[in-house]
Amino acid sequence: MEPGTITFNLAVAIPELMLAVGAMVLLMIGAFTGEKSARSMHVIAVALIAAAAAVLVYTAPEGVVFSDAFVSDRFARLMKLLVLGGSTFAIAMSYGFARHASYGRFEYPILVVLATLGMMVMISADDLIALYLGLEMQALALYVAAAINRDSLRASEAGLKYFVLGALSSGMLLYGMSLIYGFTGHTNFAGIAEAMAAERQLGEIFGIVFMLAGIAFKVSAAPFHMWTPDVYEGAPTPVTAFFAAAPKVAAMAMMIRVTYGAFEHAAADWQQIIAFLAIASMLLGAFAAIGQTNIKRLMAYSSIGHMGFALVGLAAGTQTGVSGVIIYLIIYLIMTLGTFACILAMRREDGLVEDISELSGLSRTHPMMALMLTALMFSLAGIPPLAGFWAKYFVFLAAVQAELYVLAVIGVLASVVGAFYYLRIVKIMWFDEPESGFVPMASELRLVLGVSGVFTIFYVVVAGPVSSIATGAARTFF
Amino acid sequence: MIHLIVFLPLLGFLIAGLFGRQIGTKASEYITSGFLVIAAVLSWISFIGFWLGGSQATTYQVAEWMSVGTFVVDWSFRIDTLTAVMLVVVNTVSALVHIYSIGYMHHDPHRPRFFAYLSLFTFAMLMLVTSNNLIQMFFGWEGVGLASYLLIGFWFKKPSANAAAIKAFVVNRVGDFGFALGIFGVFVLFDSINFDVIFANAAGLAGTPAAADSPVLLSFLGYELQRDAAITVVALLLFMGAMGKSAQFLLHTWLPDAMEGPTPVSALIHAATMVTAGVFLVARMSPIFELSMTALTVVTFVGATTAFFAATVGLVQNDIKRVIAYSTCSQLGYMFAALGVGAYGAAIFHLFTHAFFKALLFLGAGSVIHAVSDEQDMRHMGGLRKHIPRTYWMMVIGTVALTGLGIPGTVLGTAGFFSKDAIIESLYVGQNAFAGYAFWLTVIAALFTSFYSWRLIFMTFHGKPRAPADVMSHVHESPNVMLVPLYILAVGALLAGLVFHTPFIGSHHEVGQLDPHYLEFWDAALFLGPTNTILEEFHNVPLLVKWSPAIMMALGFGIAWWFYIRSPGIAAETARQHPGLYQFLLNKWYFDELYDWALVRPAKWLGSFLWKQGDGRVIDGFGPDGVSARVLDVTRNVVRLQTGYLYHYAFVMLVGVAALITWMSFGGAQ
Repeated sequence: MEPGTITFNLAVAIPELMLAVGAMVLLMIGAFTGEKSARSMHVIAVALIAAAAAVLVYTAPEGVVFSDAFVSDRFARLMKLLVLGGSTFAIAMSYGFARHASYGRFEYPILVVLATLGMMVMISADDLIALYLGLEMQALALYVAAAINRDSLRASEAGLKYFVLGALSSGMLLYGMSLIYGFTGHTNFAGIAEAMAAERQLGEIFGIVFMLAGIAFKVSAAPFHMWTPDVYEGAPTPVTAFFAAAPKVAAMAMMIRVTYGAFEHAAADWQQIIAFLAIASMLLGAFAAIGQTNIKRLMAYSSIGHMGFALVGLAAGTQTGVSGVIIYLIIYLIMTLGTFACILAMRREDGLVEDISELSGLSRTHPMMALMLTALMFSLAGIPPLAGFWAKYFVFLAAVQAELYVLAVIGVLASVVGAFYYLRIVKIMWFDEPESGFVPMASELRLVLGVSGVFTIFYVVVAGPVSSIATGAARTFF
Repeated sequence: MIHLIVFLPLLGFLIAGLFGRQIGTKASEYITSGFLVIAAVLSWISFIGFWLGGSQATTYQVAEWMSVGTFVVDWSFRIDTLTAVMLVVVNTVSALVHIYSIGYMHHDPHRPRFFAYLSLFTFAMLMLVTSNNLIQMFFGWEGVGLASYLLIGFWFKKPSANAAAIKAFVVNRVGDFGFALGIFGVFVLFDSINFDVIFANAAGLAGTPAAADSPVLLSFLGYELQRDAAITVVALLLFMGAMGKSAQFLLHTWLPDAMEGPTPVSALIHAATMVTAGVFLVARMSPIFELSMTALTVVTFVGATTAFFAATVGLVQNDIKRVIAYSTCSQLGYMFAALGVGAYGAAIFHLFTHAFFKALLFLGAGSVIHAVSDEQDMRHMGGLRKHIPRTYWMMVIGTVALTGLGIPGTVLGTAGFFSKDAIIESLYVGQNAFAGYAFWLTVIAALFTSFYSWRLIFMTFHGKPRAPADVMSHVHESPNVMLVPLYILAVGALLAGLVFHTPFIGSHHEVGQLDPHYLEFWDAALFLGPTNTILEEFHNVPLLVKWSPAIMMALGFGIAWWFYIRSPGIAAETARQHPGLYQFLLNKWYFDELYDWALVRPAKWLGSFLWKQGDGRVIDGFGPDGVSARVLDVTRNVVRLQTGYLYHYAFVMLVGVAALITWMSFGGAQ
């Protein structure tokens, strides 16, 4: 295949095309068979995403296609793979819930597939228009997914809030894009970078601020995080599990590409913005989570904090920094999925429970689950030698190498404060008097938790390969 | 042989301490006691070798301990006459106390622990007396302190026992602090803590006056000390350690309280052995003390004061064990007084005989207490002579030995007669400034000793029974396992002086010609300075001096008889007529109150101040507690932002953008 031909263009984007066509086929099947197909839809969706991932890894070539609007490089492929993995596990974890009429609708896997498609476009976007298209595609699917349990007031409220605030953030993003286009005359990232190489005007800086604010909403970085706790708590738990994982990776990947692709010559400017977002997110994540009793809300603040830590690596503005962010995202994704597998397993005969105190004495009622969750909590708190420690280590290392000492110190302090609420969960599990046990864990949840727990505990074994993959992906921008 | 003597008790301790529960109580008792008996027999063999001549002072190297530059410390044994005497004292009393305890502790459920501690104590004491350097000695010194602490607090459920154990430990710390400083000082002066080196160097210094411009050897408390002053300071620091361990005046307060421990412990540790460690230390370091007249004078002064002070307090005490405890304190004072005038032989001789009769008295008192159902107050005793005649006679033997019954000018007399009279006579001819003071105080103390000893006998055994009828009906003689040790000690109390006085203190010879027995026996284990002629002189004192202790003893006996047998009301009458004096003595010169007011309470106040204000309010308040409280405040405020209202959320986002725009426009943008 010759670069520039239409076949090559399509070949580069073939995983996306698979998902697009597959989503429509699924929709047809669902429309004709009705609600009873909900469970088989889950299986088909997982198979579809897995197939797309396989194609991405083995056949799809790299290249810049569609008039330089869509790029597939090592970074994009790694990030897409993470997103596909996150989506797969999210659908798998919701399998057990397909039974429940309240949100066991056949539309849910389709929405996840569509959101995944949007995320892949976000990751590959090399043009403002493509970026916006991907972003909105992902966002619209997520708005609906948040409110998929129509009968629940909380879920509807969550979906509505997410939609309204998302619209506001899209407005900011679009306003920023228009400013950038207006001052540089380009929508293509390479063109924008070229135009910015010379002296920058204030309008361009305004554009950068607005665009980053819009993207920060997607990664739920403070102060654009306000939707996160409400939506996490209100949305059905399987949906929350999905929200916490893949979309964060996609949005962070998009942020990396925008900052290092389009704004590479304005690094001194966006570094300040990113550093501000990082500090605000780390502190807010650490402090606000302490007051939470609902574990989903707690995980919302936890994810805000973790995005703050990841942004520290981005703020460093170096290759080590980007590679640190990538490692952080890999580890964060896996830890989050494992933790949500546990949260999904917090189920009694009369339904899911979400209060932290429900975990009391878990070590005696479900010792294995308690052990895994303990490892995950220690890892989220960043205690060596678990995975979460190395994630933090690399981003702080990058910050120190870039002489951003204040950022690194605040980060370490915030992680100390943050350790409190993770350790409190551990304490509740091991030292409090047990309550009645949960119903036995579903096998798909066991699988996710097992994979996640083992990865977290034995991360040191695979640390070398993961680091070299991350470094390879980060080299794309340097 | 020496290895067996020292390590058998350690082995016994390990077996009874670690496996006491597995092997059972009986086995623990028999193993530890058996080992001690073997050690005691071996000690006597070793001692007889020195007594009859033939044995030479030797050192045995066991292992290297540490070596830092010129500072070399080895585990080693130094066996000379002084050590042999101590071995006999320690192991004999310890073996007898072990056996006695089998009977005395019969009802206690924790006997393996008790016997383990006893053996541990014995091992530590043996390490102390066999040491060939100051560090190993310090090891033994602290070891006996530890064992003493554990045994005083053996009945740890009794608050008073715990308090007494802590008191003993803390007061000893004061003395040990001085001892440790003294060891440092010795190392600075002699560049070694090995006895051979120290003694050789010290002997070299003796008799050669220091040049006026001799170099500064030691800097202490800001003073630059030349040779003589430095040696005085070191000797006094060592003596401070001895004062703590031997309960001398000002550091004596722990000894009476230590009677909270089981009675066999009092006999072994707080009468016969551990408390004499201080005497042993000064005798051992005699080459250094001989170099400093000042230090010797201080030793005499403290010793004589203690002898007098403790005897006065003993006059009015009502607890049978406390009377004997003050008596011990007083007798230790005698020993130090003798050391101070250079009569080392007399001091060690008194140590030797005192061990027998004081252990006898304590074990006898234990037998009494055992008989009257753990009552210790003599006011609730009386008339026990007919019920426990054997114990009564043993106590009488102990008393005549303590008071020193004997006929001056002859060789007829009990153990105390020889040793105590030797001390009083040495003090009369002693040359330091306080020798006269010490002579008069010890003579008066001899009167008091006689009075309180006989008072004890009369109150306990004579007169009408004052115990409740049910107690009296249970009074019974102790079993043989307790009485046989008493018989053995009684033999020692009666005959030890008669048999051993010539080698220990010599006999009448011209000045400059020491008794050959004495020389041969001690074989330079005790050092005498070139001007020290006390051993020749004290045999030539006026007749009245020789008779003074005997007169005092008889007088004391008479007064006691008058007060408690002839007209029993007179004692209480006297106490009522002199209430101030009586209270002063009864409250032990108010030393406990003084220390409590001057030291304990300020220390506790400071402690609780630092704890509550310093640690609690300042460190915790601004540290962990304060930080966590602030974190929670922040959390509360942050959580309050999360109102749930959409327009608030949107507002926060817009404020964020506005802030960033403002910052980038004015602050950050280039």
